Amino acid sequence: MLPTPDTSHVPFNTVYEPAEDSYLFLDTLSSPAESAWLATRFATTPAPLITEVGCGSGVVLGFATANAQSIFGRRDVLAIGTDVNLHACLATRETVQRAVQTQQKEEATSQQETTTSLYLDSLTADLCRPLRPGSVDVLLFNPPYVPTPDLPPIPSNDQTYGPSKPSFETESYLLSLTYAGGADGMETTNRLLELVPDVLADHGVAYVLLCAQNKPAQVRESILAWPGEWQAEIVGRSGMQAGWEKLVILRIWRST
Amino acid sequence: MKVLTANFITCAIKDCKASPKSFPLHFQNAELELQELEFQPDFLRHILPRIDWDSLRVTANELGFPSIPETKPEGEELNNEELLRNLHQLLLETQVMEGKLVCDNCGHEYMIKEGIANFLLPSHLV
Ligand SMILES: [Zn+2]
Repeated sequence: MLPTPDTSHVPFNTVYEPAEDSYLFLDTLSSPAESAWLATRFATTPAPLITEVGCGSGVVLGFATANAQSIFGRRDVLAIGTDVNLHACLATRETVQRAVQTQQKEEATSQQETTTSLYLDSLTADLCRPLRPGSVDVLLFNPPYVPTPDLPPIPSNDQTYGPSKPSFETESYLLSLTYAGGADGMETTNRLLELVPDVLADHGVAYVLLCAQNKPAQVRESILAWPGEWQAEIVGRSGMQAGWEKLVILRIWRST
Repeated sequence: MKVLTANFITCAIKDCKASPKSFPLHFQNAELELQELEFQPDFLRHILPRIDWDSLRVTANELGFPSIPETKPEGEELNNEELLRNLHQLLLETQVMEGKLVCDNCGHEYMIKEGIANFLLPSHLV
Protein backbone atom coordinates (compact mmCIF):
# COMPACT_ATOMS: atom_id res chain seq x y z
CA MET A 1 0.00 0.00 0.00
CA LEU A 2 1.43 3.35 -1.00
CA PRO A 3 0.84 6.22 1.45
CA THR A 4 -2.29 8.38 1.00
CA PRO A 5 -1.51 12.13 1.10
CA ASP A 6 -2.45 14.05 4.21
CA THR A 7 -5.44 16.35 3.60
CA SER A 8 -5.99 17.48 7.20
CA HIS A 9 -5.40 21.14 6.18
CA VAL A 10 -8.16 21.16 3.52
CA PRO A 11 -11.33 23.23 4.21
CA PHE A 12 -14.03 20.68 3.44
CA ASN A 13 -16.76 23.32 3.72
CA THR A 14 -15.83 24.40 0.18
CA VAL A 15 -13.63 21.56 -1.17
CA TYR A 16 -14.65 17.96 -1.99
CA GLU A 17 -13.57 15.58 0.73
CA PRO A 18 -11.75 12.46 -0.53
CA ALA A 19 -14.32 9.67 -0.88
CA GLU A 20 -14.80 6.27 -2.51
CA ASP A 21 -14.23 7.72 -6.00
CA SER A 22 -10.94 9.38 -4.98
CA TYR A 23 -9.70 6.13 -3.42
CA LEU A 24 -10.66 4.18 -6.53
CA PHE A 25 -8.31 6.51 -8.41
CA LEU A 26 -5.47 5.80 -5.99
CA ASP A 27 -6.05 2.04 -6.14
CA THR A 28 -6.32 2.01 -9.93
CA LEU A 29 -3.16 4.04 -10.62
CA SER A 30 -1.11 2.00 -8.16
CA SER A 31 -2.44 -1.42 -9.22
CA PRO A 32 0.38 -3.62 -10.55
CA ALA A 33 -1.22 -3.88 -14.01
CA GLU A 34 -1.74 -0.13 -14.41
CA SER A 35 1.65 0.87 -13.03
CA ALA A 36 3.35 -1.61 -15.37
CA TRP A 37 1.45 -0.16 -18.33
CA LEU A 38 2.34 3.42 -17.37
CA ALA A 39 6.00 2.62 -16.74
CA THR A 40 6.25 1.12 -20.23
CA ARG A 41 4.41 4.03 -21.79
CA PHE A 42 6.70 6.64 -20.19
CA ALA A 43 9.97 4.70 -20.14
CA THR A 44 11.84 7.02 -22.51
CA THR A 45 9.87 10.30 -22.63
CA PRO A 46 11.00 13.65 -21.18
CA ALA A 47 9.67 14.43 -17.67
CA PRO A 48 5.91 13.68 -17.93
CA LEU A 49 3.36 16.40 -17.12
CA ILE A 50 0.56 15.05 -14.92
CA THR A 51 -2.52 17.26 -14.87
CA GLU A 52 -5.47 16.72 -12.61
CA VAL A 53 -8.58 18.53 -13.81
CA GLY A 54 -10.85 19.53 -10.93
CA CYS A 55 -8.13 18.69 -8.43
CA GLY A 56 -10.22 19.43 -5.30
CA SER A 57 -8.24 18.49 -2.19
CA GLY A 58 -5.29 17.40 -4.37
CA VAL A 59 -5.30 13.90 -2.90
CA VAL A 60 -5.12 12.14 -6.28
CA LEU A 61 -2.51 14.48 -7.76
CA GLY A 62 -0.45 14.34 -4.56
CA PHE A 63 -0.57 10.55 -4.60
CA ALA A 64 0.49 10.29 -8.26
CA THR A 65 3.29 12.85 -7.86
CA ALA A 66 4.80 11.61 -4.61
CA ASN A 67 4.58 7.94 -5.62
CA ALA A 68 5.78 8.54 -9.17
CA GLN A 69 8.51 5.91 -8.90
CA SER A 70 5.98 3.17 -8.05
CA ILE A 71 3.32 4.36 -10.51
CA PHE A 72 5.27 5.68 -13.52
CA GLY A 73 8.61 3.99 -12.92
CA ARG A 74 10.37 7.35 -12.68
CA ARG A 75 11.00 10.05 -10.09
CA ASP A 76 10.76 13.15 -12.25
CA VAL A 77 7.12 13.96 -13.01
CA LEU A 78 5.72 17.50 -13.11
CA ALA A 79 2.29 18.22 -11.59
CA ILE A 80 -0.32 20.84 -12.44
CA GLY A 81 -3.81 20.95 -10.92
CA THR A 82 -6.76 22.93 -12.22
CA ASP A 83 -9.99 23.77 -10.43
CA VAL A 84 -12.71 26.41 -10.78
CA ASN A 85 -12.51 26.89 -7.02
CA LEU A 86 -9.57 28.90 -5.66
CA HIS A 87 -9.87 27.14 -2.28
CA ALA A 88 -9.24 23.84 -4.06
CA CYS A 89 -6.23 25.33 -5.90
CA LEU A 90 -4.71 26.45 -2.59
CA ALA A 91 -5.51 23.12 -0.91
CA THR A 92 -3.90 21.18 -3.77
CA ARG A 93 -0.72 23.24 -3.56
CA GLU A 94 -0.38 22.27 0.09
CA THR A 95 -1.38 18.62 -0.37
CA VAL A 96 0.98 17.86 -3.27
CA GLN A 97 3.96 19.71 -1.80
CA ARG A 98 3.51 17.97 1.57
CA ALA A 99 3.09 14.55 -0.05
CA VAL A 100 6.32 14.97 -2.02
CA GLN A 101 8.23 16.21 1.04
CA THR A 102 6.99 13.26 3.10
CA GLN A 103 8.15 10.88 0.38
CA GLN A 104 11.56 12.57 0.17
CA LYS A 105 12.05 12.32 3.95
CA GLU A 106 11.15 8.65 3.80
CA GLU A 107 13.69 8.09 1.02
CA ALA A 108 16.37 10.00 2.91
CA THR A 109 15.98 7.84 6.03
CA SER A 110 16.08 4.62 4.01
CA GLN A 111 18.98 5.91 1.86
CA GLN A 112 17.06 5.60 -1.41
CA GLU A 113 17.42 7.76 -4.47
CA THR A 114 15.49 11.01 -4.06
CA THR A 115 12.22 11.75 -5.82
CA THR A 116 12.55 15.00 -7.76
CA SER A 117 8.91 15.05 -8.86
CA LEU A 118 7.68 18.60 -8.57
CA TYR A 119 4.40 20.35 -7.97
CA LEU A 120 4.41 23.19 -10.50
CA ASP A 121 1.14 25.04 -10.05
CA SER A 122 -2.56 25.09 -9.48
CA LEU A 123 -4.51 27.10 -12.05
CA THR A 124 -7.97 28.50 -11.39
CA ALA A 125 -9.62 27.40 -14.61
CA ASP A 126 -12.51 25.65 -16.30
CA LEU A 127 -11.32 22.10 -17.11
CA CYS A 128 -7.93 22.20 -18.87
CA ARG A 129 -8.65 25.25 -21.06
CA PRO A 130 -5.38 27.14 -20.43
CA LEU A 131 -3.14 24.14 -21.16
CA ARG A 132 -1.33 24.13 -24.49
CA PRO A 133 -2.35 21.64 -27.17
CA GLY A 134 -0.35 18.42 -26.86
CA SER A 135 1.15 19.37 -23.50
CA VAL A 136 -0.44 16.88 -21.08
CA ASP A 137 1.03 13.39 -20.67
CA VAL A 138 -1.31 12.09 -17.98
CA LEU A 139 -4.72 13.66 -17.45
CA LEU A 140 -6.70 12.68 -14.36
CA PHE A 141 -10.39 13.58 -14.01
CA ASN A 142 -12.73 12.69 -11.16
CA PRO A 143 -15.72 14.65 -12.49
CA PRO A 144 -18.99 15.86 -11.01
CA TYR A 145 -20.80 12.70 -12.17
CA VAL A 146 -24.12 12.66 -10.28
CA PRO A 147 -27.16 13.08 -12.56
CA THR A 148 -28.97 16.31 -11.54
CA PRO A 149 -31.89 18.25 -13.08
CA ASP A 150 -29.69 21.33 -13.46
CA LEU A 151 -26.03 22.05 -13.90
CA PRO A 152 -24.61 24.83 -11.70
CA PRO A 153 -23.08 27.62 -13.84
CA ILE A 154 -19.28 27.72 -14.30
CA PRO A 155 -17.98 30.46 -12.00
CA SER A 156 -16.74 33.63 -13.70
CA ASN A 157 -13.46 35.31 -12.78
CA ASP A 158 -15.11 37.98 -10.63
CA GLN A 159 -16.43 35.24 -8.30
CA THR A 160 -12.96 33.93 -7.46
CA TYR A 161 -11.90 36.27 -4.70
CA GLY A 162 -14.62 36.25 -2.05
CA PRO A 163 -14.35 36.96 1.69
CA SER A 164 -12.07 34.57 3.60
CA LYS A 165 -15.17 33.20 5.36
CA PRO A 166 -17.53 32.24 2.50
CA SER A 167 -21.27 32.59 2.97
CA PHE A 168 -23.42 29.50 3.32
CA GLU A 169 -24.73 30.08 -0.24
CA THR A 170 -21.19 30.25 -1.61
CA GLU A 171 -20.22 27.06 0.20
CA SER A 172 -23.26 25.20 -1.16
CA TYR A 173 -22.58 26.48 -4.66
CA LEU A 174 -18.89 25.45 -4.58
CA LEU A 175 -19.76 22.00 -3.26
CA SER A 176 -22.52 21.57 -5.89
CA LEU A 177 -19.83 22.08 -8.55
CA THR A 178 -18.00 19.03 -7.21
CA TYR A 179 -20.84 16.54 -7.76
CA ALA A 180 -23.69 17.94 -9.94
CA GLY A 181 -23.25 16.51 -13.42
CA GLY A 182 -26.52 17.54 -15.15
CA ALA A 183 -28.15 15.18 -17.68
CA ASP A 184 -26.92 11.57 -17.14
CA GLY A 185 -24.28 13.17 -14.89
CA MET A 186 -22.30 13.62 -18.11
CA GLU A 187 -22.51 17.31 -19.02
CA THR A 188 -19.14 18.30 -17.57
CA THR A 189 -17.47 15.02 -18.51
CA ASN A 190 -18.61 15.44 -22.12
CA ARG A 191 -17.09 18.93 -22.22
CA LEU A 192 -13.81 17.49 -20.90
CA LEU A 193 -13.82 14.59 -23.37
CA GLU A 194 -14.12 17.09 -26.22
CA LEU A 195 -10.84 18.67 -25.10
CA VAL A 196 -8.90 15.43 -24.61
CA PRO A 197 -7.69 14.81 -28.21
CA ASP A 198 -6.31 18.35 -28.36
CA VAL A 199 -4.65 18.66 -24.97
CA LEU A 200 -3.08 15.17 -24.73
CA ALA A 201 0.44 14.55 -26.00
CA ASP A 202 0.73 11.86 -28.70
CA HIS A 203 1.75 9.28 -26.11
CA GLY A 204 -0.57 10.82 -23.52
CA VAL A 205 -3.24 9.04 -21.51
CA ALA A 206 -6.39 10.23 -19.73
CA TYR A 207 -8.12 8.57 -16.78
CA VAL A 208 -11.78 9.51 -16.32
CA LEU A 209 -14.04 8.22 -13.55
CA LEU A 210 -17.63 7.31 -14.40
CA CYS A 211 -20.58 6.04 -12.38
CA ALA A 212 -23.11 3.47 -13.60
CA GLN A 213 -25.68 6.17 -14.52
CA ASN A 214 -23.10 7.76 -16.85
CA LYS A 215 -23.43 4.60 -19.01
CA PRO A 216 -19.72 3.74 -19.19
CA ALA A 217 -20.12 1.22 -22.04
CA GLN A 218 -21.70 3.91 -24.23
CA VAL A 219 -19.04 6.45 -23.31
CA ARG A 220 -16.37 3.94 -24.27
CA GLU A 221 -18.04 3.23 -27.63
CA SER A 222 -18.19 6.94 -28.42
CA ILE A 223 -14.47 7.35 -27.73
CA LEU A 224 -13.60 4.40 -29.98
CA ALA A 225 -15.43 6.26 -32.73
CA TRP A 226 -13.30 9.41 -32.38
CA PRO A 227 -11.28 10.22 -35.50
CA GLY A 228 -7.81 8.70 -35.16
CA GLU A 229 -6.63 5.58 -33.39
CA TRP A 230 -8.26 5.97 -29.98
CA GLN A 231 -8.52 3.24 -27.39
CA ALA A 232 -10.58 3.14 -24.20
CA GLU A 233 -10.64 0.45 -21.52
CA ILE A 234 -12.13 0.15 -18.07
CA VAL A 235 -9.10 -0.32 -15.79
CA GLY A 236 -10.62 0.25 -12.33
CA ARG A 237 -13.90 -0.82 -10.69
CA SER A 238 -15.53 -0.49 -7.30
CA GLY A 239 -18.76 -1.35 -5.51
CA MET A 240 -21.34 -3.66 -7.05
CA GLN A 241 -24.94 -2.46 -7.37
CA ALA A 242 -27.55 -4.75 -8.93
CA GLY A 243 -24.83 -6.64 -10.79
CA TRP A 244 -23.12 -3.49 -12.10
CA GLU A 245 -20.04 -1.73 -10.85
CA LYS A 246 -21.04 1.50 -9.18
CA LEU A 247 -17.88 3.36 -10.22
CA VAL A 248 -15.36 2.67 -12.96
CA ILE A 249 -12.24 4.36 -14.29
CA LEU A 250 -11.81 4.57 -18.03
CA ARG A 251 -8.32 4.79 -19.53
CA ILE A 252 -8.24 6.70 -22.85
CA TRP A 253 -5.20 6.75 -25.15
CA ARG A 254 -3.99 6.76 -28.75
CA SER A 255 -2.86 3.37 -29.93
CA THR A 256 -0.06 4.77 -32.10
CA MET B 1 3.36 30.62 -10.66
CA LYS B 2 6.55 29.05 -11.87
CA VAL B 3 8.23 30.23 -15.07
CA LEU B 4 8.22 26.64 -16.33
CA THR B 5 4.41 26.60 -16.09
CA ALA B 6 4.22 29.61 -18.42
CA ASN B 7 5.73 27.34 -21.07
CA PHE B 8 2.75 24.97 -20.80
CA ILE B 9 -0.14 27.44 -20.90
CA THR B 10 -1.97 29.56 -23.42
CA CYS B 11 -5.09 31.71 -23.69
CA ALA B 12 -8.19 29.99 -22.23
CA ILE B 13 -10.41 31.45 -24.96
CA LYS B 14 -11.13 28.75 -27.53
CA ASP B 15 -10.82 30.92 -30.62
CA CYS B 16 -7.35 32.09 -29.61
CA LYS B 17 -5.74 28.64 -29.55
CA ALA B 18 -5.29 28.51 -33.33
CA SER B 19 -3.40 31.81 -33.34
CA PRO B 20 0.39 31.71 -32.78
CA LYS B 21 -0.03 35.07 -30.99
CA SER B 22 -1.76 33.35 -28.05
CA PHE B 23 1.51 31.72 -26.92
CA PRO B 24 3.37 32.59 -24.86
CA LEU B 25 1.12 34.73 -22.72
CA HIS B 26 2.93 37.90 -21.66
CA PHE B 27 3.74 38.82 -18.08
CA GLN B 28 2.91 42.33 -16.88
CA ASN B 29 3.63 43.93 -13.49
CA ALA B 30 5.11 40.67 -12.31
CA GLU B 31 6.25 40.53 -8.68
CA LEU B 32 8.83 37.79 -8.35
CA GLU B 33 9.90 35.67 -5.44
CA LEU B 34 12.72 33.15 -5.30
CA GLN B 35 11.72 29.87 -3.64
CA GLU B 36 14.75 27.71 -3.11
CA LEU B 37 14.71 24.18 -4.46
CA GLU B 38 17.49 21.61 -4.45
CA PHE B 39 19.49 21.65 -7.69
CA GLN B 40 18.98 18.36 -9.55
CA PRO B 41 20.83 18.47 -12.88
CA ASP B 42 19.34 15.21 -14.20
CA PHE B 43 15.83 16.41 -13.47
CA LEU B 44 16.53 19.56 -15.46
CA ARG B 45 17.97 17.51 -18.32
CA HIS B 46 14.67 15.58 -18.45
CA ILE B 47 12.65 18.80 -18.50
CA LEU B 48 14.60 20.71 -21.16
CA PRO B 49 13.51 18.56 -24.14
CA ARG B 50 9.88 19.56 -23.60
CA ILE B 51 10.50 23.30 -23.43
CA ASP B 52 9.55 25.67 -26.22
CA TRP B 53 12.78 27.62 -26.24
CA ASP B 54 11.74 30.72 -28.19
CA SER B 55 8.81 31.27 -25.87
CA LEU B 56 10.98 30.78 -22.82
CA ARG B 57 13.31 33.48 -24.13
CA VAL B 58 10.37 35.87 -24.50
CA THR B 59 9.22 35.11 -20.95
CA ALA B 60 12.72 35.42 -19.45
CA ASN B 61 13.16 38.75 -21.15
CA GLU B 62 9.84 40.07 -19.82
CA LEU B 63 10.78 39.05 -16.29
CA GLY B 64 14.10 40.87 -16.59
CA PHE B 65 16.19 37.72 -16.46
CA PRO B 66 19.75 37.96 -17.77
CA SER B 67 19.83 36.64 -21.30
CA ILE B 68 19.59 32.89 -21.71
CA PRO B 69 21.25 31.07 -24.64
CA GLU B 70 19.78 31.69 -28.09
CA THR B 71 19.29 28.00 -28.69
CA LYS B 72 18.31 25.16 -26.41
CA PRO B 73 21.37 23.57 -24.75
CA GLU B 74 22.23 20.19 -26.25
CA GLY B 75 25.02 17.60 -26.09
CA GLU B 76 28.09 18.89 -24.24
CA GLU B 77 26.29 22.06 -23.11
CA LEU B 78 24.12 19.89 -20.88
CA ASN B 79 27.21 19.34 -18.72
CA ASN B 80 27.71 23.08 -18.19
CA GLU B 81 26.79 23.34 -14.53
CA GLU B 82 26.63 27.12 -14.43
CA LEU B 83 24.17 27.16 -17.33
CA LEU B 84 22.03 24.45 -15.71
CA ARG B 85 22.03 26.31 -12.39
CA ASN B 86 20.83 29.48 -14.11
CA LEU B 87 18.04 27.56 -15.84
CA HIS B 88 17.14 25.82 -12.57
CA GLN B 89 16.73 29.22 -10.94
CA LEU B 90 14.70 30.66 -13.80
CA LEU B 91 12.43 27.68 -14.49
CA LEU B 92 11.89 26.11 -11.09
CA GLU B 93 12.79 28.61 -8.36
CA THR B 94 11.38 31.86 -9.72
CA GLN B 95 7.76 32.37 -8.71
CA VAL B 96 5.48 35.05 -10.10
CA MET B 97 3.43 35.93 -7.01
CA GLU B 98 1.39 38.88 -8.31
CA GLY B 99 0.79 40.41 -11.73
CA LYS B 100 -1.00 39.40 -14.88
CA LEU B 101 -0.65 37.33 -18.02
CA VAL B 102 -1.85 38.95 -21.23
CA CYS B 103 -2.90 37.31 -24.50
CA ASP B 104 -1.40 39.03 -27.54
CA ASN B 105 -4.23 37.80 -29.73
CA CYS B 106 -7.37 38.89 -27.85
CA GLY B 107 -5.87 41.21 -25.24
CA HIS B 108 -7.45 39.35 -22.34
CA GLU B 109 -5.64 39.77 -19.02
CA TYR B 110 -5.40 36.89 -16.54
CA MET B 111 -4.71 37.93 -12.95
CA ILE B 112 -2.11 36.23 -10.77
CA LYS B 113 -2.74 36.51 -7.02
CA GLU B 114 -0.87 34.74 -4.23
CA GLY B 115 1.03 32.86 -6.91
CA ILE B 116 -2.09 31.39 -8.55
CA ALA B 117 -3.17 32.44 -12.02
CA ASN B 118 -6.88 32.79 -12.70
CA PHE B 119 -8.02 31.57 -16.11
CA LEU B 120 -11.74 31.82 -15.45
CA LEU B 121 -13.40 34.19 -17.88
CA PRO B 122 -15.73 37.13 -17.24
CA SER B 123 -19.39 36.07 -17.27
CA HIS B 124 -20.03 37.45 -20.78
CA LEU B 125 -17.32 35.15 -22.20
CA VAL B 126 -18.17 31.97 -20.25
ZN1 LIG C 1 -6.63 35.22 -26.19
